[in-house]
Amino acid sequence: MLLATLITPLVGALALLLVSRDAKKALQISAFAVSLVAFAFGLATFLSFDYTNPALQMITNQRWIPSLDAGFRVGVDGMSVLFFFLTTLTMPVAILLGSTTIKEQEKEFYSLMLLLEFGILGIFAATDTFLFYVFFELILIPMYFLIGVWGGAGRIHAALKFFIYTMFGSMIMLVGLIWLGLYAQETTGHFTTNMALLREIAPTIPFDTQKWIFAAFMLAFCIKVPLFPVHTWLPEVQSESPVVGTVVVGAVLFKIGIYGLIRFGLELFPAASFEYAKVMCALGAIAVVYGAMAAIVQTDIRRIASFALVSSLGTMVMGVFSMTAEGIQGAIIQTFNHGLSVTGLFLCLGMMTDRRGSTSLEDFGGAAKVMPVFAVFFAISLFSLVGLPGLNGFIGEYLLLLGTFRSPFLNSWAFAIVGATTGMFVAIYMLRLYQKTCLGEHSSPDAASLTDISAREIAMLLPVTILIVWIGIYPSTFMRVSEESTRALVGKLELAKFGKTSYAASVNKLRQAEAEQATARSEAHKAAGH
Amino acid sequence: MMLDVYYTLPIALSSFFGISAMVLGALLPRNRSNFVLPYSVGGLGIVFLWAALLWGRNGTAFNGMVLTGMFPSFFDMLFSAAGILVMLAARPYLQRMNWEFDEFYVLVQFAVSGMILMAHANHLLIVFIGIEIMSISFYVLAAYMRNQILSVESGFKYFLLGAFSTGFLLYGMALIYGATGSMEYTSIRAAVSYGSKMPMLLLAGTGLIIVGLCFKVAAFPFHVWAPDVYQGAPTVVSAFMSTGGKAAAFAAFIQLGSAIIPNGGPDGAKMTMLLACISAASMLVGNISACAQRNVKRMLAYSSVAQAGYMLMGIISGSGRGTSGLMFYLAAYMFTQIGAFVLASTLESEYGKNLEFADYGGLAKRHPLLAGVMALFMFTLVGLPPFAVFFGKYYLFTAAIEAGFTWLAIVGAIASVISAYFYLGLIVAMYFRPYEGADTPSVAQPGMSGVTLTIAVLGILLLGFLPNVVMRLTGSGM
Repeated sequence: MLLATLITPLVGALALLLVSRDAKKALQISAFAVSLVAFAFGLATFLSFDYTNPALQMITNQRWIPSLDAGFRVGVDGMSVLFFFLTTLTMPVAILLGSTTIKEQEKEFYSLMLLLEFGILGIFAATDTFLFYVFFELILIPMYFLIGVWGGAGRIHAALKFFIYTMFGSMIMLVGLIWLGLYAQETTGHFTTNMALLREIAPTIPFDTQKWIFAAFMLAFCIKVPLFPVHTWLPEVQSESPVVGTVVVGAVLFKIGIYGLIRFGLELFPAASFEYAKVMCALGAIAVVYGAMAAIVQTDIRRIASFALVSSLGTMVMGVFSMTAEGIQGAIIQTFNHGLSVTGLFLCLGMMTDRRGSTSLEDFGGAAKVMPVFAVFFAISLFSLVGLPGLNGFIGEYLLLLGTFRSPFLNSWAFAIVGATTGMFVAIYMLRLYQKTCLGEHSSPDAASLTDISAREIAMLLPVTILIVWIGIYPSTFMRVSEESTRALVGKLELAKFGKTSYAASVNKLRQAEAEQATARSEAHKAAGH
Repeated sequence: MMLDVYYTLPIALSSFFGISAMVLGALLPRNRSNFVLPYSVGGLGIVFLWAALLWGRNGTAFNGMVLTGMFPSFFDMLFSAAGILVMLAARPYLQRMNWEFDEFYVLVQFAVSGMILMAHANHLLIVFIGIEIMSISFYVLAAYMRNQILSVESGFKYFLLGAFSTGFLLYGMALIYGATGSMEYTSIRAAVSYGSKMPMLLLAGTGLIIVGLCFKVAAFPFHVWAPDVYQGAPTVVSAFMSTGGKAAAFAAFIQLGSAIIPNGGPDGAKMTMLLACISAASMLVGNISACAQRNVKRMLAYSSVAQAGYMLMGIISGSGRGTSGLMFYLAAYMFTQIGAFVLASTLESEYGKNLEFADYGGLAKRHPLLAGVMALFMFTLVGLPPFAVFFGKYYLFTAAIEAGFTWLAIVGAIASVISAYFYLGLIVAMYFRPYEGADTPSVAQPGMSGVTLTIAVLGILLLGFLPNVVMRLTGSGM
C-alpha cells in the first residue's frame, strides 16, 4: 500500500508527459484522478496501519548501492504515516485549485505537481538517509519551476532565493549525513545510511561532536520549517508564487521541516537536543512574537498569511522541543491543522482575487453582503487559525501549550506564556483581515457586483471545512495513530535524561518490535547470502 | 612480449586508427569526411570494446613501464566514448560553419591516443609523451577554425601557456629522477616512502609536477587560460578538452600523485594540505567567477575550474574510496559537460554567436525538448540527486571527510550552493524569460548531435539511478 501510494504520483507525472499539450481538459482530469488514486492508496495505508505498534511498519528494504549500504528503504511509523496520509489528502485540493488558476503550460504544471507529491511522500516514507536526501532535494526542482514559471512579478528572484536558501541547508546537512555514515563505519565497521541502525548508533556520538552534527541538521530543517532567523525566504516565496504554490508551501512543505526536527533532531541526537532545547524554544518564541507583529502591519493578504505561518511555526517548534508527548503530538496535528486552515483560507482568497484581481487589503470590503456563502466558509477557515474551540486549531494550540508548559526538559513556564500570546495576536490580524474583506462598506462600486461562489467552488471548500470541524470535535481519529510512536520516542528521551519514564510500556513495545525486525533482517540477509 | 602487446592493445589500436584514417583520407579523391568520420568512430568503438575485454587483468607490461588492467581500461573506455560523442556532434557543427575537414576527426583520435597513453603510464617518460600527444592535438584543435580570430587566439594562448606548464612538468620530472634515480612509478613510490624526511630535490620536483598537473586540470591558480581557451575554441572542441583532457590529466594525477606524494609523514601532510587549499580555492574562485559570466561557454569554463576543485578531493583523500569516487565523478562529468557544450553548439548558428544567456531566453517555448535536456544538464552540474554528478560528489565528500578533511567538504558544500546561482541562471533564461537576444533567435539544428545528447542523457540517468554499475567497475574501492 505504502509503495503503491508512493509510486502512483511518479507514474502519473511521467504518463502526463505523453498526453498532448492541447488536451487541457484531459490533463486536468487525469492529474486530478492520479492524485485521487494516490489519496485512495494513502487512505488504505492509513487504515491498515496498526497504531498500537510504535515501530516501523510496511517496510520495504531493497538493495540499491551496496558500497554505501544505501538502499531503497521505506516504511512508516505512527508519526510519519500521519504526515504521509495528510499529504495525499492535501494534494488533490491543490491540483483542483491549480485547475482554476493556472492558465498556461498546464502540462508542465500538472506533471510538476505530481512530481512534487512524489518527492514529499518519499521524504515521509524514507527510512534511509541517502534515500531521504534524494527526495529532499528532488522537491526543489518542481518547487523552483512552480514559483518561477507561474509566479508573480518578482518570481525569478523568489525562486532563486528559495532554491539557494534550501540548498544551503541541505548541502550542510549532506556533510552531516556523510559524517554520520562514517561514524557508523568507525564503530561497526560498515558505512551505512540505514536509519534503523543509525538510530542506535547516533546517540552514542560524544557530545562535543554531536552538537556540530546536530547543528548541521537543525540548520537544514530550520530553513525548511522556516524558523526565525532563517525565515526570510517565506514571505517572498508566498507572495510571488502562484496561489497553488502558496498553498503547497503553506500547507505541505513546512511539514517537512517539523518532521525533520522530530526524526533527525530528537531521534538521532538526544543529548544535543536536551542541551539546545531551550535555544530552539527561544527561537520559536521569538518567531511567535515577531511573526505576529509582522503580520499585523502587512497589507497584502498573502504576506499576512505567510507571517502568520512564521508565528504559528514558532509554537510548533516549541512543541517539538518540549519533548513531551503532548507537545510533539500537538506539533504533528497542528501542522495538519495549519495546512487545512491555510488551504481553506487560500482557496477563499483565490476566489476573491479572481473576482477582484488584487491581493491588497485596500481593494476588498463588504463582501459578506454580496457573497454570504463565501463569507461563512471564509470565517470558518479564519476562526480555525485563531483557535476557536470546536474547530481544529484549538486542539493543536492547546496541546502545544500544555506540552511546553509541562515539559521536564524545558522546566520553565516562560515559553508557554510567550507561546500563549500567539492566540491573542492571531485574533488581531485575522479578525482584521475578515473585517477588511467581508464586513464594512464596499471599497469601490465594482465590489458591489461580485457574484457568490459557484457549486464547483463549494465542492472545493467543503472537504476542507468538514475536516476542520471533524478534527475540532473528534481529533482522536488522527491523533491516536501517532500516539504510540510519540510516546515511545518521548519515553526513550526521558529514559536517557532522567532514567525513568511514564511511557515505559510503549518503549518496551518499540524495543521488542525493533528487535524482531532486526532478527528478521539478519535472517533475510543470511538467506540472501547463501 | 606478445602478451604485453595484447594487454596494451588499446594504445596501439588508437594510434593505428588515427594514422590509418589520415592516410586513407589522403588517398580518397573527394567527400573524404564521409569516409573518415565513420572510420574514426568505428576505430574508437573497437578501442572501447577492446578495453572492456581487457577488464580485470591488473598488472604492468613492457618491464613495468605501462599499466594494464582495470584502471587504464576504465579510462580507455571513457576517452574513446568522449571521442565518439564529440565526433558525432562535430559533424553538424562543422558543416554549419562550412569548415569540415577530415583532419578534425584524425586530430581527435590522436588526442584520444595521447590520453590513453597517459592513463596507461607507469613511467615518467610515458606520461610525458602522452601529455604531449594530447596537448599538441588540442593546440591544433583549439585553433582549428583558423579563419576565426577567436579560435586562433584560443589556440595560441593555449599553446604558449601549455608549453610553459610542460616546462614545469619536465623540470619536475628531471628533479625527481635526480632524487630517486628512477623514472618508474613503482621505484619512485618506494624511494619516496622510504625516508621520513624528503630531500629538497625531491620536494622541489614534486612541487613542480603538481604545478604542471594543476595546469592541465585547470585548478586555481593555474586556471586563467581555461575561460579564454574554452570560449574561443570551437564549441565541440571545448566539450572535448574540458572532459577528456581533464579526465586524462586526472588519470595521470592519480597514478603520479600516489607515487610522489608520500602517504603520511610530515611532508605528505604538507603536500595534501597544499592540494586541499588548491582544491578549496578552485571551487570557490571557479564558482564565484562563473556567477559573473553572461556567456554560456565562459560560464561552463569557469564551472569546470570549480569541478576540478571537487575532483581534487579524490586525490587528497589518498584512499581507494577517493580514487573510485573520482573515477565515477569523471565519468558522470564527461556525459554532463559534453552534453552541455554540444547543446550549446547546436544553437550556435554562426561561429561565436548565440552563446549569451540572453540568446537562451524563451528556449523552453521554442525548443521545449532541448530546453528540458539543458535543464537536466544544469541540475546535474549543480549536483542534485538523483542525477549522476550528485553520487560522484557524495563519494568524494565521503572520501574527504574520511581522510579528515571535513572543512574541505564544507567548503565544497558551500561552493555547490554558489554554483546553483549561475547554473540556475541559464534555466531562468530558458524558462522564465522571453528572448532578449539581438536578432531573431537561432533555430537549433541538432542533426547527428542528437545522438550525442541522447547518449549523454542516458548516461546521466544510468549513472544516477544505478551508480553501482559503475562503482563496481571502478574497483569497488568503497
